[in-house]
Amino acid sequence: MRKGVKSIETKHYEERDSFFDGLRRLDRRGFMRLAGLSAGIAAAKGLLAPQSFQLISVAEAATPGAKPKFSFAYISDSHLYKKELNDRFVRSLVRAVDDVNRLDPQPDFVLYGGDLAQLGQKEELALGKEILKGLKAPVKMMVGEHDWFLDMGDYWREQFGEPQYSFDHKGIHFVTLMSVNEKDFWTARNMTPMERMLTVAGLDNGVQSRFEVGAAGREWLKRDLAKVDKNTPLVVFSHSPLYKYYRPWNFWTDDADEVQALLRPFKNVTVIHGHTHQILSNQIGNIQFHGMLSTAWPWPYAPEGLPSLTVPMNRPDPFSNFDGCGDGRMEVLEGGLVDKLYSLWDRDPVTVKSSYLASGGRKDRPPTSRLPPY
Amino acid sequence: MHVRNKLGLAALGLGLGLGLSAWQTASADSSNPQHRVPRSSDGDVVIALCDGQTTLEVEGVKDPSSISREKAQAISDELMTAWRKKNPDARWDPPTRLVAQANPPRPPPASSAPVKAGGQTASSDPDEAARRAGANVQDGHTYGAFSARDEAIWKASAEQAVKEGHRVFHDAKTLGSTVAISCDMCHPDGSNTHPETYPKYQVQLGRVALLRDMINWCIENPVRGKPLAEDDPRMKAMEAYLYAQRKGVKLEYGKH
Ligand SMILES: [Fe+2]
Ligand SMILES: [Fe+2]
Repeated sequence: MRKGVKSIETKHYEERDSFFDGLRRLDRRGFMRLAGLSAGIAAAKGLLAPQSFQLISVAEAATPGAKPKFSFAYISDSHLYKKELNDRFVRSLVRAVDDVNRLDPQPDFVLYGGDLAQLGQKEELALGKEILKGLKAPVKMMVGEHDWFLDMGDYWREQFGEPQYSFDHKGIHFVTLMSVNEKDFWTARNMTPMERMLTVAGLDNGVQSRFEVGAAGREWLKRDLAKVDKNTPLVVFSHSPLYKYYRPWNFWTDDADEVQALLRPFKNVTVIHGHTHQILSNQIGNIQFHGMLSTAWPWPYAPEGLPSLTVPMNRPDPFSNFDGCGDGRMEVLEGGLVDKLYSLWDRDPVTVKSSYLASGGRKDRPPTSRLPPY
Repeated sequence: MHVRNKLGLAALGLGLGLGLSAWQTASADSSNPQHRVPRSSDGDVVIALCDGQTTLEVEGVKDPSSISREKAQAISDELMTAWRKKNPDARWDPPTRLVAQANPPRPPPASSAPVKAGGQTASSDPDEAARRAGANVQDGHTYGAFSARDEAIWKASAEQAVKEGHRVFHDAKTLGSTVAISCDMCHPDGSNTHPETYPKYQVQLGRVALLRDMINWCIENPVRGKPLAEDDPRMKAMEAYLYAQRKGVKLEYGKH
């Protein structure tokens, strides 16, 4: 090594030390400085699209029900390890929190889409909780399989409450589902809790079972929806897509058909899901589906089963820590449907409008990707 | 011809004698019983039983390799009958009584692969076999002498390399990651690695890259480990895995 030239590793550890140094004194100013460290490169390259952090004033009075009523933001799939082990994912979550805090006006709340932890460990979940405390808007938590399968949700529930709940907000009925239950594959194999967790954490690990809401969860949903008027717009949060996209990677909910049947009587239904780490849009009957971006890494599109309404995102640049990742925002329209904004880091933001899905892809098509996924 | 044979035998005897005496000096205190099989006066094959005493001359057979399986079974039965007569009180499990085994060993898949009917094996004389089959094919070359069993072994060996690659690809420790990141976390089932497009000009590197260059780039950057030597067994295994995942995909080097 030449004198005076630091190796990648040395530089990385130096950066990491100062980063965590800052994390210990996490007041508002320190937070901005830290977020600056994460976002600095992108900003320097002029890649931050300022419009992605401002509410779009949509002048769409011509289309009834298309005026935005309120917005909520999302952050999803941060997959945090213990901070001593991996700082990269921590930086990304901090960057997302900073993105959302810079929204003006602020969103009514922030949905956290699940997979806060990578291996469901206390340190990981606690670290995530600590960082999410930096959000100015209130947070609605959803659980992901990476949060759950070490202790079957014990610690997560202790920190964030029951994984299934509903609430009403400005005339919309919101439901958060626990859709990543799996049938017991571990007892017969004599797995330790960590072995079970690692099996579920492997997206392409076929030993695990398929995701499901399960009979008890569906019964809960049925009872919850029984008191809701069929004209009330529904917005459902689930970690896995509530339809069948690609089984080998659990881009899939095994009892999706049964859950969809419970949602079908309602006039306007939108499902927002995590887990797939990519731009993903679908419509089945009256139900519109939107995926969320991950802050940690993008998943490639599955080799088959991609819904035809999805306009895939350009394939990510592996040389960028942030490309293909991001966070985003949902505009809830007067009519109760949702326009979905993907705030892709280091790229132009992409909006997938409810009118695009409702028209079967004829209206308001989002921009297409220049390069096909392999 | 006759003389040459005799000479050959004499040389063999000498060799055997020397070998034996050398062995006896090496371990003088051990004396394994020797079964001295009598020679047949007609030059027939003589078969010895494992009791060290009983022998049987196979009338009219000079070449032991020409004995069929049925004939060999008959010889074995006859030897056993002789042994039973000599040892009327000895106990011998009848062939139908199998000793119970907790886990009966199973042959590896390659060894139970079907052998092509009338086919050749690595040990058969390819020219002779082809002549016997009367086949109008080119023969006498390396690849003419392999059986389906050989092919099954090759396939299993290749799968072994692929399997090892799958393991390395999914194991942050083996990859040497300092941040617990393994390849499958971004590339489930090896997706989006497109090995069929290499070599190609990698814009971000500013030079032409091979698949292994990109594997090493990923190991150094997202995985934060040390790059592997190009002939590192882990590198070879991962290349095997990634290519196996793209079986049937058109080879398109240089594609972007
Ligand atoms: Fe995830
Ligand atoms: Fe997930």
